[in-house]
Amino acid sequence: MLDTVSAASKPMIEISGLRKSFGNFEALKSISLNVQEGEFFSLLGPSGCGKTTLLRLLAGFGEQTAGTIAIDGQDMTGRPANRRPTNMVFQSYAIFPHMNVEENVGYGLKRLKLDRQEEQRRVREALDRVELGALGKRRANELSGGQRQRVALARALVMRPKVLLLDEPLSALDKKLREQMQVELRHLQKAVGITFILVTHDQYEALALSDRVAIMFDGQVAQVGTPKDIYQNPVSRKVADFLGGMNFVDAEIAEENGVSLTLDAAGFGRVRAPKPQGYQSMGRQITLGIRPERLRVLWDDDQAEHQIGGQVIDRHYFGEVTQLIVEIPGFKAPLAVTETNDFGADDIPVGSAIRLAYDPDALVAMND
Amino acid sequence: MPFAGTRPPARRPRWKRLDPEEVRGIRLLSPTFLYTLAFLVGPVLLVVAYSFWTQTYLTFDHTFTLENYRVALTEPIYRDLLMRSLYISFIVSLVTVIFAYPIAYYISFHGGSRKSLLLFLITIPFWTGYLLRVMAWKVILGYKGVLNTGLIGLGIVDKPLESLLFSSTAVIITLIHAWAVFAILPIYVSLEKLDRSLLEAATDLGDGPVRRFLRVTLPLSMPGIIGALLIVMIPTVGDFVTPKLVGGTEGQMIANAIQIQFGKASNWPLGSALTITTMMIVTLMAGASVLVLRSLVRWMR
Repeated sequence: MLDTVSAASKPMIEISGLRKSFGNFEALKSISLNVQEGEFFSLLGPSGCGKTTLLRLLAGFGEQTAGTIAIDGQDMTGRPANRRPTNMVFQSYAIFPHMNVEENVGYGLKRLKLDRQEEQRRVREALDRVELGALGKRRANELSGGQRQRVALARALVMRPKVLLLDEPLSALDKKLREQMQVELRHLQKAVGITFILVTHDQYEALALSDRVAIMFDGQVAQVGTPKDIYQNPVSRKVADFLGGMNFVDAEIAEENGVSLTLDAAGFGRVRAPKPQGYQSMGRQITLGIRPERLRVLWDDDQAEHQIGGQVIDRHYFGEVTQLIVEIPGFKAPLAVTETNDFGADDIPVGSAIRLAYDPDALVAMND
Repeated sequence: MPFAGTRPPARRPRWKRLDPEEVRGIRLLSPTFLYTLAFLVGPVLLVVAYSFWTQTYLTFDHTFTLENYRVALTEPIYRDLLMRSLYISFIVSLVTVIFAYPIAYYISFHGGSRKSLLLFLITIPFWTGYLLRVMAWKVILGYKGVLNTGLIGLGIVDKPLESLLFSSTAVIITLIHAWAVFAILPIYVSLEKLDRSLLEAATDLGDGPVRRFLRVTLPLSMPGIIGALLIVMIPTVGDFVTPKLVGGTEGQMIANAIQIQFGKASNWPLGSALTITTMMIVTLMAGASVLVLRSLVRWMR
């Protein structure tokens, strides 16, 4: 597995061969992952892919069927949730309704039997960190969704965990607040330096926040890498499709060497693309992909070294961008093209002939 | 209508200015309200009035007097009966809640798909009448009853225990059984409402099962506990069937004395004064219990 974080940092979480079954249902099928200290790591996938199950196993809720989890070099097998160096921000926030904000944040500290001043100091510090300093005496039912989320964060951070686990923490917030919290979450993580594990089904959230992302399908990790790496070089159609839009084109393998493939694709001609991770020769057919925003509309007499022509069959207006659906002769499926609206892409009439420029480096070969 | 001018709306009396939603609410409530007024508030006011009068054989002397209250509060017999009633109802409600909590907890947390079945099973004793259930305890607790025969058979005692039936203990045992469901249900409901992720949060923050129960489960199920306590405590103070059937002379309660005043003794004013006194004291005891439980929870967390 590709590890882009420098080798100097030590692994905070080592998961190996982790499996979890509920009756006959295999929720996790042999997961192996390493997360570095201080990393912001996201588990991304559709609902039911096992990402929450994995997070709960890290927290100590439920016992794995097989495999091991080690946190900071210590095996966590058999260790209950209340004795793990992890803390969790729950999806529902789980704010204690019979306590005010300060009591909620100080909940876990009570057990540590700190002296009263130290306890109060840490509660205050945590509340200030999430900018809730003024609301210490508020009761849980007097808080807005965003404030509850901050309380949940402060309550977990005040414990100074080695790993902070976040279970879709932003999914209950409206879009504006969610985007604001994303920025704050990122800043917070950099400020405290704690390893964050974020579970999310929102690809943009994962891309915007994470140092690295693991994409999961059906209880397995499909790909791990930096956001840029997995967005630009998805290993499979499934990953490419889940992470933003992707145009798929059938291609035939003409030549193969150690690291790259030479391919023939209708419309694109002969192209070279790096081999996808985990590539195994499966005959001569392979899927080639290009992101909609990597295709550019050529206006009037503009020329480009690499171009293909087609006809606009549909147009979707999204405000800042327009998506054109372009039928290319010889292609099984039409291509989606995303173009910013500064040059009037939103005015291109449906039915008009159009030429598209592309960079051959933007074409990626993918496993099926 | 002879008058057709428009009046400024602000001058209309307040009750005419209710918005349609409020009017509908009041209309919905009114049948129940009238019923309560006629059959609860009315009689209670009547009893209050009686308590300040005097009965001379078949007629009432309507001059105001506090004599009945003096008797009710100072006569040793009534004081003893009242204290015993309060003691019995307090013990009964306390023990019932203590027994009911684990049952409610089990059904709510471990009932799984059988929750409805278990709740249904709990109601089965209630398919027979209250009197029959009290009589059943008579059979169990009697001199040659099930319990005594069983104890002798096992060699634990060599002659029947006489104190089982016709005692306060018999009243307490019978009442606990009779009121168990009424305590289980409110506690069950409050446990069902408890968000399970709160328990996970408590565990995640370092609490073991016992601390978690004391700091989260118990405080959040307190409304159910208080409800159960009051539901059992208030009616048991006034019970007169159970003490009559299984209490003997030593297990008589204040309601038996009240019944006698309204019946054989024909002293309604004294009966009323005893009733009002009991109501007041039960209210105080219930209020005190609630306060004690609340502060207990505050202290625990």
